[in-house]
Amino acid sequence: MSNIIRVIIAKVGLDGHDRGVKIVARTLRDAGMDVIYTGLHRTPEEVVDAAVQEDVDVLGISILSGAHMTIFPRVLKLLKERDAEDIIVLGGGVMPDEDAAALKAQGVKEILLQDTPPESIVATVRRLVAERGPK
Amino acid sequence: MAEPIPSLELVERVIAGERRAIARMLSRAEAGLAEAREALDHLYRRAGRAHVVGITGVPGSGKSTLVAKLAAAVLDTGRKIGVIAIDPSSPFSGGSILGDRIRMGEIAGHPSVFVRSMATRGALGGLARGTLEAVDVLDAAGYDMIFIETVGVGQDEVDVVRAAHTTVVVSAPGLGDDIQAIKAGILEIADVHAVSKGDKPEADKAVSELQSMLALVLPAAGFKRAVPVIKTSSPRNEGIAELLAAIDEHREYLATSGLYEVRRQSIRERRMLKAAQQVLHDEFERHREGRMAGVIAELAAGSISPQTAARRLLAHIGIEVKR
Ligand SMILES: Nc1nc2c(ncn2[C@@H]2O[C@H](COP(=O)(O)OP(=O)(O)O)[C@@H](O)[C@H]2O)c(=O)[nH]1
Ligand SMILES: [Mg+2]
Repeated sequence: MSNIIRVIIAKVGLDGHDRGVKIVARTLRDAGMDVIYTGLHRTPEEVVDAAVQEDVDVLGISILSGAHMTIFPRVLKLLKERDAEDIIVLGGGVMPDEDAAALKAQGVKEILLQDTPPESIVATVRRLVAERGPK
Repeated sequence: MAEPIPSLELVERVIAGERRAIARMLSRAEAGLAEAREALDHLYRRAGRAHVVGITGVPGSGKSTLVAKLAAAVLDTGRKIGVIAIDPSSPFSGGSILGDRIRMGEIAGHPSVFVRSMATRGALGGLARGTLEAVDVLDAAGYDMIFIETVGVGQDEVDVVRAAHTTVVVSAPGLGDDIQAIKAGILEIADVHAVSKGDKPEADKAVSELQSMLALVLPAAGFKRAVPVIKTSSPRNEGIAELLAAIDEHREYLATSGLYEVRRQSIRERRMLKAAQQVLHDEFERHREGRMAGVIAELAAGSISPQTAARRLLAHIGIEVKR
């Protein structure tokens, strides 16, 4: 019902690069969204708790460490346990196509690979929120 | 597409402490939705138990880190703790990056803790639109203590002071703007001073400077109560229990002196006036192209003054000003 899109951007796991996610955060802010940034090395539990408390439309998780096939299923399961499956999960980082396809089949709405241009990230977020409808 | 849950249906779930319902209600409070007003009124009537603590100070002084430590200390006393962390919105896009959660760590996931980030979205005075309604929501949901963290660099702190029962001003050594902060009138607004980063070598000097400044300024400003200055170090977990004790003592002081009710009433009156301003503002925007168009045209032509135009605006919504 409220019109400003809220996005949480999280880094889960061991890799220590946050340059990319910070650029994404700024891009979304410049598109008029509220972006909650949680910092590095978060656990799936922390990220899901934060997404619930912040009542975000979109939960974006960037993983560069290669652990995406364990982390995303865990996040989806936790969201389900907290009755928060309506939160749109986006993945970012690097992964092979077949992993991306497998994760999308499990409920990750979109995988944005590392070279995705900023405009297309903004457009994807807007489209997915519009498809979900008012909350 | 599922239909949104009506706000009135969220009320009981908020009171029962259901986290998703609380989170959703907070969004609606923040958005200032007309649909949510009745629900928020219900929650307002259920609220009134929580101790509301404003935490302000210049960016980088250590507020968020300190709030996380304080939250842990509050939990240790068996109380539930809510945190509203406010950051400024970009004046260009209206969007914002809300980064205070970075410092909260794992405590934010504790079942008795609720942390929410809010953007100022151009609201004046450091508080976001809907902040105080958000406080009501957390209060009604059973949070015993609610911290409001705001960035304060001048006049901005004033709003949080007028919204909180207890105001903590956080300063830190080595920011290079201590004197600046004092100029901006930060000394007088604190019920408790925290000097964070007490692990730094310059901290003791900062504490004693602050103390001598307070000794000079407060008696002149008619303060009867001594304002405590607490040195804290978040990484070493030092001074945190003392700071919480000082915050609790201030609440006691308000109660025993009778000032608690005075402060609460002034918060209520201020909220009433702010709400009235908001109504006026929204009405103006709604009728800008319609009923107000004539007044605006005259204002543009210079045939009426802003003062006269203001009275015409009020007359349009049925308020006649005699003076
Ligand atoms: N040495 C030291 N650093 C601190 C302390 N508290 C916070 N910091 C650091 O100061 C910086 C700003 O802290 P933050 O809590 O975000 O400040 P805020 O902007 O006032 O919310 C961060 O790099 C913290 O790690 C402290 O007690 N001691
Ligand atoms: Mg902060």
